[in-house]
Amino acid sequence: MKKREVESTSADELREVAPAKLSIHGVSKTFRNPRGDVLALDGVDLEVAEGEFVCLLGASGCGKSTLLALIAGLDHPDTGEVRAHGELVTGPGRDRMVMFQEHALFPWRTVLGNVLFGLELKPGLPRHARLEVAAYYLELVGLQKVGNCAVHELSGGMRQRVALARALAPNPTVLLMDEPFAALDAMTRERLYGDLQEICRKRRKTVVFVTHNVREACVLGDRVVVMTSNPGRIGASFAVDLPRPRDINGVGVAALATRITAALRANEPEAAR
Amino acid sequence: MMRRIGSFVLFLAVLLAIWEAMARAGLWNAVVLPAPSKVIVYLGQAFADGSLLSAAAVTGRRLLVGYLVGMGLGLPLGFLCARFRSARDTIGVLALGLQTLPSVCWAPLALLWFGQTEASMTFVVVMGTTWSILLATADGVRSIPPIWLRAARTMGSRRLHTVFQVMLPGALPSIVSGLKQGWAFAWRSLMAAEIFVTILTGYGLGHLLHYGRELHAMDQVVGVMAVIVGIGLCAEQVLFGPAERWLRRRFGLVS
Repeated sequence: MKKREVESTSADELREVAPAKLSIHGVSKTFRNPRGDVLALDGVDLEVAEGEFVCLLGASGCGKSTLLALIAGLDHPDTGEVRAHGELVTGPGRDRMVMFQEHALFPWRTVLGNVLFGLELKPGLPRHARLEVAAYYLELVGLQKVGNCAVHELSGGMRQRVALARALAPNPTVLLMDEPFAALDAMTRERLYGDLQEICRKRRKTVVFVTHNVREACVLGDRVVVMTSNPGRIGASFAVDLPRPRDINGVGVAALATRITAALRANEPEAAR
Repeated sequence: MMRRIGSFVLFLAVLLAIWEAMARAGLWNAVVLPAPSKVIVYLGQAFADGSLLSAAAVTGRRLLVGYLVGMGLGLPLGFLCARFRSARDTIGVLALGLQTLPSVCWAPLALLWFGQTEASMTFVVVMGTTWSILLATADGVRSIPPIWLRAARTMGSRRLHTVFQVMLPGALPSIVSGLKQGWAFAWRSLMAAEIFVTILTGYGLGHLLHYGRELHAMDQVVGVMAVIVGIGLCAEQVLFGPAERWLRRRFGLVS
């Protein structure tokens, strides 16, 4: 490969970037279906401040994953606009990285190779710098020893850690997480809550975290935003003023979770109660 | 693995010993089926005078050239079929049909089009490999989980990068089994074509076997058969063995 004008070093690459502000205005999205159209999102407005950790909470089918895909630029809204750092989102961008429910790691690459994938697509980053950056993030998620392992050799929790390292490696300003821990067992999940809070303290990002687990939202979020279904709309918003690191079994978390659960119940249609 | 080889070698030795003993006892006319020792003598002679090696080289070259052309056609066409419905409904269906045709059936037309030349043999191999590789590639690319493509897009992967860094490796398990099937079809059809068609530009293993029949030299026929088995086994072990082991190690699947 030819050298570009400026080669960045791993130190450039690892420096803190200011987290971005997200603005979502009047966003609607309809999915066309043979059995009729489904209005997934209806006039959604949401502001996420720089460095804020927002948990989008709602039942399955409330459009929260759709909203995340729109912020990621993987899909386009029918009306309204999504802005990241003031710029209109028109497609995927390295400033907004996504972590999916399934790990979505590439089995033909090693663990290290997966973390390198996004870095290889960054122009002007020489090979040794890429390796240093990837090693840094593997260490950040506590997996420095398994770089050469195949993905299928790892446990579910380890795979999600690799997916997190892969999403963080291109140094995005926004991290979008789509129920990343939903498929894990409870023990692994609770360990990851602690680790994720620690990682977010070290690498400050604007995070939108989609979940249907109330306690998870309370443990992780600076703010919990409830979404209602059919059509998907933004409901009540709860600021979480609990000191970090938070424990899933803490009294404060439990009290808030109870309040939010009550609010969720109030939103449900009569038949679903 | 070593144990498997060991038991097989022992089994083969016993089989050959019984065969040798029965042939020496004169249970049948030596013209009908020669003793293994006669076959080994033939192989030694043919190896020494170079006829066996040159025939194997001619066959090998036809196979290699035809196989590479078949790959060159099958892989990109398979991608097209996976990505575009119009290609799937046309070339894809054609491939489905032609894949069922043993490619030796192309020999009469190939002779008419290309004459008794290397090109007609290569053509038979190409027709044997292309369709299997095309269908396997199309199938493999189509069954790539959409989430891999979404993940790649968020990391900035576009068009050709996605093709070579996500679709191609993601479809590898399917592509390798298609390559293996294509190889099997091509190898068998090439042998059939070489036995039945005289090619003026070079004598392959099939011809050697055919002349053995004409001369009623059954030691030659059996000897060439043994060589064909040997080459087939080697190709599968040397070409596809490592690829499949790598896939198993990385993808963690049994193919």
